[in-house]
Amino acid sequence: MEDDAPVIYGLEFQARALTAQTAETDAVRFLVGTQSLKFDNQIHIIDFDDENNIINKNVLLHQAGEIWHIGASPADKAVLTTCYNKSESHCFLLSVAPFAASLCSSFFSSDSRVVSCAAVWRMPSDWETGSHESPDESAHNPQTLELLCHLDDSTHGNAACVLWEPMGDGKRVISLADNHALLWDLQESSTQATVSSTATLEGKGQLKFTSGKWSPHHNCSQLATANDTAIRGWDLRTMSQIYCIENAHGQLVRDLDFNPNRQYYLASCGDDCKVKFWDVRSVQEPVKTLEEHSHWVWSVRYNHSHDQLVLTASSDSRLILSNMVSISSEPFGHLVDDEELSEGEELHQEDKGKEPLKDSVVSTYEEHEDSVYAAEWSSADPWLFASLSYDGRLVINRVPRALKYRILL
Amino acid sequence: MDEGSVPVAEDPGRRRRVHGMLKLYYGLNEEGKAPEQPESLDPCDINGPHFDPELYLNKLRRECSLTELMDQETCMVRQIRSLDSDMQTLVYENYNKFISATDTIRKMKNDFKKMEDEMDCLSANMAAITEFSARISGTLQDQHAQITKLSGVHTLLRKLQFLFELPARLNKCLELQAYAQAVNTHRRARCVLQQYSHLPSFKGIQDDCHAIMDKLAQELRQKFRDGGSSAKDLSECVELLLQLDEPAEELCDKFLSHARSRLESDLQGLEAEIRPSLPSPASNTDILEFIDRGCNEFVSSLCLVITSYQELFINHAQKGELLHVFVDDLAARYFMLVERRIQEEKGVGDNSLLVRALDRFHRRLQAVAKLLPGSAVPNKGTEIVIRAATERVKQYLSALQSFYMDSLTDVRQALATPRLSVAGTSVAGPASGRDAPTSLPELLSSLSASILNQIKSVLASVHLFTAKDITFSNKPYFKGEFCSQGVRESLVVSFIKFVCQSSRQFCETAGDKGGSTPPALLLLLSRLCLDYETSTISYILTLTDEQFLVQHHSPVTPVTTLCAEAREAAQKLLNHYVKVQGLIISQMLRKSVETRDWVNTIEPRNVRAVMKRVVEDTTSIDVQVGLLYEEGVRKAHSSDSSKRTFSVYSSSRQQARYAASYTPSAPMDTNLLSNIHKLFSERIDIFSSVEFNKVSVMTGIIKISLKTFLECVRLRTFGRYGLQQIQVDCHYLQMYLWRFVSDENLVHFLLDEIVGSAAHRCLDPAPMEQSVIEVICERG
Repeated sequence: MEDDAPVIYGLEFQARALTAQTAETDAVRFLVGTQSLKFDNQIHIIDFDDENNIINKNVLLHQAGEIWHIGASPADKAVLTTCYNKSESHCFLLSVAPFAASLCSSFFSSDSRVVSCAAVWRMPSDWETGSHESPDESAHNPQTLELLCHLDDSTHGNAACVLWEPMGDGKRVISLADNHALLWDLQESSTQATVSSTATLEGKGQLKFTSGKWSPHHNCSQLATANDTAIRGWDLRTMSQIYCIENAHGQLVRDLDFNPNRQYYLASCGDDCKVKFWDVRSVQEPVKTLEEHSHWVWSVRYNHSHDQLVLTASSDSRLILSNMVSISSEPFGHLVDDEELSEGEELHQEDKGKEPLKDSVVSTYEEHEDSVYAAEWSSADPWLFASLSYDGRLVINRVPRALKYRILL
Repeated sequence: MDEGSVPVAEDPGRRRRVHGMLKLYYGLNEEGKAPEQPESLDPCDINGPHFDPELYLNKLRRECSLTELMDQETCMVRQIRSLDSDMQTLVYENYNKFISATDTIRKMKNDFKKMEDEMDCLSANMAAITEFSARISGTLQDQHAQITKLSGVHTLLRKLQFLFELPARLNKCLELQAYAQAVNTHRRARCVLQQYSHLPSFKGIQDDCHAIMDKLAQELRQKFRDGGSSAKDLSECVELLLQLDEPAEELCDKFLSHARSRLESDLQGLEAEIRPSLPSPASNTDILEFIDRGCNEFVSSLCLVITSYQELFINHAQKGELLHVFVDDLAARYFMLVERRIQEEKGVGDNSLLVRALDRFHRRLQAVAKLLPGSAVPNKGTEIVIRAATERVKQYLSALQSFYMDSLTDVRQALATPRLSVAGTSVAGPASGRDAPTSLPELLSSLSASILNQIKSVLASVHLFTAKDITFSNKPYFKGEFCSQGVRESLVVSFIKFVCQSSRQFCETAGDKGGSTPPALLLLLSRLCLDYETSTISYILTLTDEQFLVQHHSPVTPVTTLCAEAREAAQKLLNHYVKVQGLIISQMLRKSVETRDWVNTIEPRNVRAVMKRVVEDTTSIDVQVGLLYEEGVRKAHSSDSSKRTFSVYSSSRQQARYAASYTPSAPMDTNLLSNIHKLFSERIDIFSSVEFNKVSVMTGIIKISLKTFLECVRLRTFGRYGLQQIQVDCHYLQMYLWRFVSDENLVHFLLDEIVGSAAHRCLDPAPMEQSVIEVICERG
């Protein structure tokens, strides 16, 4: 069973932002946002044709600025959010002043400034037609994203990321800006956003959320955020803190993810090169700690269907797929229905059942040459995932077949 | 003429022959005298038995001259004559003797006749005497019979008197408490009284005696019951009672119960000695005294009981089991007390006291073993000794462990004192670290020496258990298992494992909190573990094996396993050291990047202070590591390592790499490209394992620091001067850091990346002139 070779796609710009198109469940599709200070930034829509192992791309212009974070609506394929930096000289600012002043929090009062904003966008309805043209043409004549609304409030500072309500109707988002978590209601086809409630992190010094995750459990009423070395849980109904893991990591916590099947389980990663798994009911000690990376871990993602599969991306240029059987929702393997099996398979199954299930690194992917800042599972195919490194290289990989069959059978 | 000459020649020999014949005749044996000379066979020897006159004559005729023959003839004639006269004298002599013999015989005949007459007379007299004697004895017969009868009556009367006096005597004995005598006396009279009990008077006496003896028995029982008397008295009592036909079983039970109560009081005395230890341990008797007391009081009493029991109840074989049960029961309680006392012996200061106490304890139990061959007591005693020894070994292990932890605390304190703080030494002063009064190498050597000494002293203490003069040392346990499992495995090996494990714990617990363990301690422990791996472990184990002559009956941990463990610990510690030091520097760099507004910054005029600090810290770490680890190998430096320019190319390279389509014809530096390829072919692992040398450690620290710098730069946006400041800073680092690492290309590559990333994140990328950068850096 030869595993298929990874498929590599190169962007012209540096990039950090990657997401799967969450609402799309048929096609394997990823969205990538670029970072360039000198040129117009783009959003690349990457379609992966699994059968032919071919990548199709479409480019949309994101002229507002370099993209630091991207999120796709769980309800509407065409809707997405971005967090972006605007770096404007004074004179440029004037030309957009009526527009920008109301939307963006101004950061510096001197002649140049860098501001972080967040916005909801809609892809033009006919973007797909571009895919039939030659790649050169599409690159030269990219369509532009249509702005739906800004998620900015000048009093709340720089946006770090925007989170969609998981499995929701695409009406609610949370943005994390400096030390505030803002819950927005999107109205009138997302063209209007109003802050319905806020939570503020109080404490000494300049506190700043680095990342967060909206829990898919408990009726989507919980949020987890990371700031510095701590992880905090919030109840969205009261906007109050429900738990706090102080010193979850030795250094900065970079990313979080909720186990999709076990409601109290949470994975985190950070600058101490570790990936930790927590049970939020007892936060004194992590349930499990992985220490496979040799530099900061920037992203951790549970597989949406098989939560033993955990993907981590690190600035050591590696992507690691781990099989965390012991703390997954299927710690003893998939329950086998005897009737489905012929006799021979039954024997085989028994043999496998006796094998001790061990947490292990499934595979280490070394296709990247620069720091990998983002990794995502496909929303359509649970065995596919993409990773993005700073030099703009997107790599699409599959879970090794041997493991896939072991999990399925 | 011839005939005449012969006797002359053979005169002396002939005489002798004549004498010999006479002697034969008179029965005198001549054999005592050996012939003085062998008889010659020469036929010419005139005195020899084989003499041949013809040959002799011929010989003479042939050999001798006429005159000689003449001389010979005269000589011979003379000899013959003398022989003739001799013969004549002999004949006369014999004749005289014969006559005198005849006279003597005649005289004897007369004497015998006279003697016969006298003998007849004597026999007649004897007959007369016999007759008289018979007559006398006949007359005396009657009187003799009468005397015999009288003496018989006398004896009987004396016996009767004894019987009549018996009650009084017994009473007197009773009064004097001479019980033994009373019993003896009574025993002698008992059969007689029994025999004649049909006679009323005897019956009376018997009854009296019975009454007295009952009283006596009563008294004895009383005395016995009181139990106050000594063991000897007690056994005497029992003996007497036994003789009085008391039931043996009852006595036996009573005897044992008395013995038990006395032994129990001994035990209580012992127990009382244990108790007061709680309030005032100082005044407590030491274990040797305790055991001594136990031996002298309890064990010796026990032995006495056993001997007297065996003597008393020797006929009651079935009672042996009872004794066994009794002894086992009491010994068990005694052992319990001893064990409790031993358990209180927590202080590990003087092992010899404990060993001597155990030895005495064990030795005294051997006496019990001899007295009571089948008893389980000595075995149990040995078990106690074994348990105490095992316990002792455990105590020593924990003492060693706490000693180790204490010494680590001492080291920590020594490190914390300001005189040793190598941090803050100037860049120019690699020597300044060595000025510290207690430097790292000294601390290391004193630490390892004190640990080694402690191990040795513990081994010496434990060795007492197997000394030759200790009785239990030749038990199989102490010869085999104690040495291999006890000392080697649970003491020495466990301690080494503990050292490794505690070292590893420093890495784990300190990991998250960060900085709870001083980095210098990590470095020191790493070196310690490495030293253990290379030499100390095998030395300690060899020492142990030699001292204890360990015979490996059971599998033991091999040296290689321990060495591997120590090496692993050393590796882990060193890695952790690199990580901690790297993080400290990273933290400085990160803060410096994160807190600055890089967009609106002034034109760089100086290297930022934080960079100088980084170089200083790196230098002092270099000194610190250099104190404990060797230099290690580094790749050859190019001649102008510190003078390399990079930023001019790097920005264009970055763009070429990332955005080829937008910068179509950027001139590529082929040399740099190949460099990049080389570096990518061997991927840089940032937090990777390091080797045991200074260069590798420093490389690790610098890698971590610069990578952090890079990642932080990528998260910021720079203005023109921000980029230029980064250029200056990187050049400054370039000037100083290359010397610490194994491969300077690594530093170059990472700094290139930093400047490249900064250029890419720059709103207005206008790099500074290389010459200006150099001027600024050199001025700084």
